[in-house]
Amino acid sequence: MDLVNWEYAPAPESRAIANLKPSYRMFVDGEFVEGAGEPLKSVNPATEEVLAEVSTASSADVDRAVKAARRAHDKTWGRMPGAERAKYIFRIARMIAERARELAVLESLDNGKPIKEARDTDVPTAAAHFFYHAGWADKLDYAGYGPDPRPLGVAGQVIPWNFPLLMAAWKIAPALACGNTVVLKPAETTPLTALVLAEIIQQAELPPGVVNILPGAGDVGAELVNHAGVDKVAFTGSTEVGKIIQSALAGTGKKLTLELGGKAANIVFDDAPLDQAVEGIVNGIFFNQGHVCCAGSRLLVQESIAEELLAKLHARVATLRVGDPLDKNTDVGAINSREQLTKITELVASGEREGAERWTSPCPLPDKGFYFAPTVFANVTQSMRIAREEIFGPVLSVLTFRTPDEALAKANNTPYGLSAGVWTEKGSRILWMADRLRAGVVWANTFNRFDPTAPFGGYQESGFGREGGRAGLEAYLDV
Amino acid sequence: MSDRVTVSKTYKLYLGGAFPRSESGRTYPVADSKGRFLANAAQASRKDLREAVVAARGAFGKWSGATAYNRGQVLYRVAELLEGRREQFAEEVAAGEGVPARRAQALVDAAVDRWVWYAGWTDKIATVLGAANPVAGPYFSFSVPEPTGVVGVLAPQRSSLLGLVSVLAPVLAVGATAVVVSSQDRPLPAITLSEVLATSDVPGGVVNLLTGHTAELAPWLAAHADVNALDLTGAPGELRTDLEKAAAGTVKRVLRAPSAEPDWTERPDIKRLRALVETKTVWHPTGV
Repeated sequence: MDLVNWEYAPAPESRAIANLKPSYRMFVDGEFVEGAGEPLKSVNPATEEVLAEVSTASSADVDRAVKAARRAHDKTWGRMPGAERAKYIFRIARMIAERARELAVLESLDNGKPIKEARDTDVPTAAAHFFYHAGWADKLDYAGYGPDPRPLGVAGQVIPWNFPLLMAAWKIAPALACGNTVVLKPAETTPLTALVLAEIIQQAELPPGVVNILPGAGDVGAELVNHAGVDKVAFTGSTEVGKIIQSALAGTGKKLTLELGGKAANIVFDDAPLDQAVEGIVNGIFFNQGHVCCAGSRLLVQESIAEELLAKLHARVATLRVGDPLDKNTDVGAINSREQLTKITELVASGEREGAERWTSPCPLPDKGFYFAPTVFANVTQSMRIAREEIFGPVLSVLTFRTPDEALAKANNTPYGLSAGVWTEKGSRILWMADRLRAGVVWANTFNRFDPTAPFGGYQESGFGREGGRAGLEAYLDV
Repeated sequence: MSDRVTVSKTYKLYLGGAFPRSESGRTYPVADSKGRFLANAAQASRKDLREAVVAARGAFGKWSGATAYNRGQVLYRVAELLEGRREQFAEEVAAGEGVPARRAQALVDAAVDRWVWYAGWTDKIATVLGAANPVAGPYFSFSVPEPTGVVGVLAPQRSSLLGLVSVLAPVLAVGATAVVVSSQDRPLPAITLSEVLATSDVPGGVVNLLTGHTAELAPWLAAHADVNALDLTGAPGELRTDLEKAAAGTVKRVLRAPSAEPDWTERPDIKRLRALVETKTVWHPTGV
C-alpha cells in the first residue's frame, strides 16, 4: 500500500441537479416576464462557459416593479396580520430546504464557490434566515421598538455576487417579516439562484408584487435606489458604491442601511493553540476564495511565534485543493469573474512591488476558468496597499506585533470596521481585545461564523445598520 | 452709594477642557430677542473645529472606557451643578429666547431633568439594546451596543439650553464624545453650560463647544474624516442635503432632523441613544 501519495479520486456533484435552464426571466408582480433591458449571459467562472441567458430590467421595468411592490404593500402585505405573513415566510424557509441540493449546485455553477460551501453554508443559512425572521412577523411588539411598529413600505435592495442566495435571504427575510415589500437586484454575474428563489416565492403563493427580482448591472441598481417610490434602501457591496448611494440618497429621507467592505485583522497571540489558529486563519481568508467582506485578510501575529506559525500555515495552505467547484473535495473554487481576477492580480503585483514577501501555494490550477492560487504575503507593513485595500480574493497579508496594545493599534488602523479575530487561550485577554476592537463582529478562537440570531454589520466605513437578531429589525421598521 | 458696575463675562469657546478665544480672533455680537446687545461671542473658525475634533477623538478612549456607572454619576453631577445655577440660566434663556421668566425657569428645570433622565440610562443601554444570541451551534454569542465615536452636533437654533441638552446628553450617555456647534444667534447658554461641564467631572475634550456661524462650520464638520456621526438638528434647511452628501464621503451615521424644530419639552425616548451606538457581536466556541 502506498502511504505517501494519497490522491483523491474525483468526486463531482452532478451538474444535472441544478436544473439549469437555457434562459431565465425577471420576476415582477408575481410573474416571470421578459425584461426590456439588454439580456446578460451568466458565465460559469470555473469553465468560462455561458450557463444561461438572463433578461434584465429597463428603467420602465424598475418603475413597474416598484409600483407592483407599492400596490402589494398597500393592498395586501402591509395590512396582513403578522401571523399570516409569518406562515408565508415559513413556507419559503421550508421550500429552500427542500430544494437545497438543487440550489447548492446552481450556486456553485454560477458563482464558482466549492459545492461543499454552497451545500453546508450558503443554502442552509439562507433557509435559517427565513425561518428565524418568519417568527418575528407576529412578535414585533416585543422587539423593543414600541407598540405596533410599522413597516417602511417598499424596500429597494441591491446585493453582491459573493453569497448570491444567502444575501438575498438576508435582505428579503427581515423586510417581509416587518411588513415591507421588496424589489431586489441580484448581482450581474450571479443572478440565477435569486430567480429560483423567485420560483419558490411564487410556489409559496406570496401575493403578487410582494417580492420582485430584477436582474441587471449597476445601472439597474442605481435606477432602483433612486426611484422615488422606494422608501428604504439596503445595499451590500463595496464601500465605493456604498458612498455613492449614501450621497445619492441625501435629502430624500429614504432609510438606508449599508453593509460594505472590510479589511479584518485576525490577531494571533503567542499562547494561542497554533493548529487551531491555523485552521481559523485558513477559514478566515480562503473560505469562499476570500470573496468575503468580513474575511480575515490581515493576519497579525505576535512576533515570537511568527516564524513557527508561518511555517505551519504554508504547510496547511499547500494542502488546499483548488479546482472544480463541483468536486466535493475542492477547498478553493473559482474566482467569480475575470474582472475580479484582474483586480486580485493587480493588488498582488503591488504587494510584490512594495516589497512584501510573496508565498503562493504550489497547487495545480485548472487550464480553463478563473483561478488564483492561495497566496500569503509576509513582511507586510501597514502602508502597503495589500494591508490597506480590500483584495476580495485568496490573499493573506501577514504583519507582526509585540504587545496587545500594538496589536490593537494595528488592527484598528483602518477606515473599515466590519470584523476581527482574536486567538489566545487567555479569556481575560479575549474580552479586553473584544472591548477595544472597532469592528461589528469579533470572533474569538473561531472565524466566519454567521447566524440569523446574531447581528452582523460594520463600524465606520464598513457601513451602518445590522442584519440579523433583534437589532436587524430596525432597518425595516419606521422607528 | 451708586449702583455697582457689574463684571461682565467674556464668552469664549470650550475646547479640550479649556476656554480659548477663536484662533481667528473673530467675534460676533449676540443680541437678545429685542435686538439689544448682550455680549460678543467667539466666532469659531475651521481650524478651531478641527482642534475640537482632535480633542474629542483624544477623549474618546477614556470616556467610552469608563464604566457605565461612572458615566451615570458624571451626568448626574451635571444636573446637580445646573440646578445650582438655575437663576443664571433662566436669565440667559429668557434674554436669548424672549420668553417670560416663568417659562424660562420651566425650560431650565426641564434641562436639569433631562440630564437626570440620561444619567439613569448609562447603565441600562446595554441591557435594553444588547442581546445574548441563541446561535445554532456550539458557540457563546452576545451583542453589545458601543458608542459610535466622535459625534458632530449642530445644536438646535431655537431652544438654546433645553434643545442643546436634549441632543448632547445622549451623546455622553452612550460614551461618545461631541463637537457641538451651538445655536448661532442664541449661543450664550451653551457657553455657560460648558462652564458647568468643566466643573462636573466631565473629562476635558468629551464635549467641545463652538460658537459661530453654523453655515460656515457645518460643511467642515460633515466632511471631517475623524467624525463618526453627524446630528443635523440645527442645520440650516437649505444646507441639509449638501451636509448629508458630505457625510457620505466617510459613511457617517446621519441623524436627520425634521424641518421644524421639535418640542423639546416632550418626554424623550431612546431613539437618540440607538442612533449613536454600534452593535458589536462577539463569538466564542463552547466546549471542554
